[in-house]
Amino acid sequence: MTDIPPPSPSGTGFDWSSAEYREHVRKRRRSELWLRMAGIVSISLALGFLALMLVSLTVTGYKAFTQTHVTIDVPISAETVDAEDIFGSNWRRIIQGAVASQFPDLTGPALRAAGDILSDGAQFRVRDRVVADPSLIGTVVSFLVPVSDPFDQLNKGSIDRNTPESNRRVTDAQIAAFDTLVAQDRISTPFNWGMFTNADSRFPELAGLKGAFIGSFYLLLVCFAIALPVGIGAAIYLEEFAPKNRISDLIEVNINNLAAVPSVVFGLLALAVFLNWFGLTRGSPLVGGLTLALMSLPTIIIATRASLKAVPPSIREAALGVGASRQQVVFQHVLPLAMPGIMTGTIIAMAQAIGETAPLLLIGMNAFMTSAPSTPFDSATTLPTQIFIWADSPERGFVSRTSAAILVLLGILVMMNGMAIWLRRRFERKW
Amino acid sequence: MTGLAFLILFVAVLFGYALNRMAASRIRAKGTRLHSLTRFHGMFAALLVGLPGFVVILFWLMAQGPLIDRSVMNGLPGGVLDGLEAGGVALVLAEIKSIASGQVFGTPEDWKLAAAETMTSRHASASLAMVVVIALMSAALLAFARSRVSQQFRARQGVERIVLGLMIFCSTIAIFTTIGIVLSLVFESIKFFRMVPLNEFLFGLRWEPQIAIRADQVAGQGVFGVLPVLLGSVLIMVIALVVAVPIGLFSAIYLSEFASPRTRNIVKPVLEILAGVPTIVYGFFAILVVAPFLRSSGAAAGLDVSPNTALAAGVVMAIMLIPFISSFSDDALSAVPRSLSDGSLALGATRGETMLKVLFPAAIPGIVGGVLLAVSRAIGETMIVVMAAGIIAKLTINPLDTVTTVTVQIVTLLIGDTEFDNPKTLAAFALGMLLFLVTLCINILALRIVRKYRELYD
Repeated sequence: MTDIPPPSPSGTGFDWSSAEYREHVRKRRRSELWLRMAGIVSISLALGFLALMLVSLTVTGYKAFTQTHVTIDVPISAETVDAEDIFGSNWRRIIQGAVASQFPDLTGPALRAAGDILSDGAQFRVRDRVVADPSLIGTVVSFLVPVSDPFDQLNKGSIDRNTPESNRRVTDAQIAAFDTLVAQDRISTPFNWGMFTNADSRFPELAGLKGAFIGSFYLLLVCFAIALPVGIGAAIYLEEFAPKNRISDLIEVNINNLAAVPSVVFGLLALAVFLNWFGLTRGSPLVGGLTLALMSLPTIIIATRASLKAVPPSIREAALGVGASRQQVVFQHVLPLAMPGIMTGTIIAMAQAIGETAPLLLIGMNAFMTSAPSTPFDSATTLPTQIFIWADSPERGFVSRTSAAILVLLGILVMMNGMAIWLRRRFERKW
Repeated sequence: MTGLAFLILFVAVLFGYALNRMAASRIRAKGTRLHSLTRFHGMFAALLVGLPGFVVILFWLMAQGPLIDRSVMNGLPGGVLDGLEAGGVALVLAEIKSIASGQVFGTPEDWKLAAAETMTSRHASASLAMVVVIALMSAALLAFARSRVSQQFRARQGVERIVLGLMIFCSTIAIFTTIGIVLSLVFESIKFFRMVPLNEFLFGLRWEPQIAIRADQVAGQGVFGVLPVLLGSVLIMVIALVVAVPIGLFSAIYLSEFASPRTRNIVKPVLEILAGVPTIVYGFFAILVVAPFLRSSGAAAGLDVSPNTALAAGVVMAIMLIPFISSFSDDALSAVPRSLSDGSLALGATRGETMLKVLFPAAIPGIVGGVLLAVSRAIGETMIVVMAAGIIAKLTINPLDTVTTVTVQIVTLLIGDTEFDNPKTLAAFALGMLLFLVTLCINILALRIVRKYRELYD
């Protein structure tokens, strides 16, 4: 492989110390170094991309884990609240009254502008509390309500106070009003529980992931309940019982090809078959789960076959030797031993399924839903489709919320993969 | 009602199991030796009752809705549907359905109210019929299963036959899925090609799917030439591979030949993390970081960079493909027999020379197979391009321009619109067909190359 220079003409042998040869060695070493450097640069690039991605998501996302709240005293007087119809009272006016008493020296448009500090959801929070406890009527109740998105940004420093007023989403007067609240110690920034307990909303400060969590949970449940038994059944048949003929070959080739079909094609299948032909509910976790079950089948089958294959033949022979039937051998001896490997493969398949987006868009799981689904048969969103919806929303507050939702999704994935690794470490057996 | 049917079935299954098992135990208690263990007698009854019942419920639920819809639509008074197209009829049906479920908007015509009432009552009677059928069927099967219990009855063989059948069914689901994909794509594509000629689709240079949905709407005629869309897919794929292949390959070379085992054990799993990140995360990363960066650096260099560049989508897709290519190359390199590299090292070649002149050429078929699989992934990848690439089809190979891809068009054509009677939605299925065929061919080719190469050294 190396270029050996011809022997020197004198015939006394090769002069290893000639300048020419030294130069040759130096060149060889240099190209060796280049290859090494290229490898190191490539790896650092790949790891750098990963780090850049995680850092940029964290930097934009961490702010969404806290939410600016304001403590406001709401007078719930008997004149404004209709005791007969508490729910239908004019809660907007009641909140405006509370703001007015908070800023006694503001009037007209200035007061309305100050009222924009509160989230539009404030009135519903107050309403629900009073509906639940009518004895509050006639008292002044102190509420902790979220501030609207621009003021959340202002408080977190995302809006620069030095930009000209016309380029800002908040006016100088509003900033002054907000600073009054800060001076009165009414502004606080607690952990954003709403992110986990609210469903989606048009207002970033109210939008949460509850609907997406429940949707993703139902979807995974359906996917798991179908893909696991079917996958194990298919794998056992192919590995232990199938005769070696063209049909089993066909099935095998099929499974391998199915694993490489683009996910969006599965979405088309679901749209044509599950929605148009069977008439299942558009956007329901049931349809999503069925679709993703078909997608994760190849992964589960391949993992199951690998772990069945890893069980040594001596186990099978011993069981057969004491009179077990072939199915008894498989179900009572081989399968239990292969179970940790199967579960590892299944968890990894489920982790892929929970991040899958494209087929879910085609079956309509990206609709705007302000309530969480109560059954797997209702329309719902899932974590990745919720991220897609938020990433498409123009409000600035949704940028950090999208990143935060991605961090939550990545956290779930890390947990699932960690569980798979733990299972493998804990139960792996070398025969 | 469905719940009740399932409950009846469940109880029947448990009851059948207990009944047959106890019957078998009684025979054994008399001193006769049974052919099969008692629990196989129980399981036989459970499977015999449970499976048919389960299948009947599923089919009933699937057929019930469409059949009742059809019968209600056929029972409508004559003349009300005259002059309506397929879309209009579907709207009438949807309105009747929403009235039947109790959501009445405005004041519907009397015949719609009547139809809704018919629909509700038929649904009720169909559900009741299902429960009755399930109950009767379960009872009959229970009786039959119970009659089979005897000393000679080969219950284990019966159970194993049923279980084997179930397993065969499970393994054919993969085939059914493929058939389902092909059939659904073919049927909708045929509808599409009846409206748009095949050669216009395959060789047309313009893709403008925005067509008028209502007759009075102002919109384009709709031109469906797939070439610009396909070119966009190819452009983004090429950008992705140009970035990902060298990085992935050099990483694999370094990891398999130069890295210490410790580095390898740390770096490999971290690279795998890149493969496990959902693609929507990459898509958001593209619009959050990469696209603004390209735009600002393009502006600094005086270049005109569009907001949805092919470059941004391609680069981010490359990040996704790096672990894929590196792990495939790693596998291919480590599959080369040790004797080859040992021979080369013994002749005095450096590690680098061994790698470049012995291992790498020997591993090229495997690496090519991996790259081909990466090509099919890049063409089929959806979320990154949906978020980072554009939706306007341009016939360009300028990476700084905006392009669209096959997958982007499928998603944009189908989001929020599922009327299956206009070429706009059907075009998505034609594109899906194209995508399926292209990726299938590439995959088969890649798998064949990889397999052939493995045989070379086995």
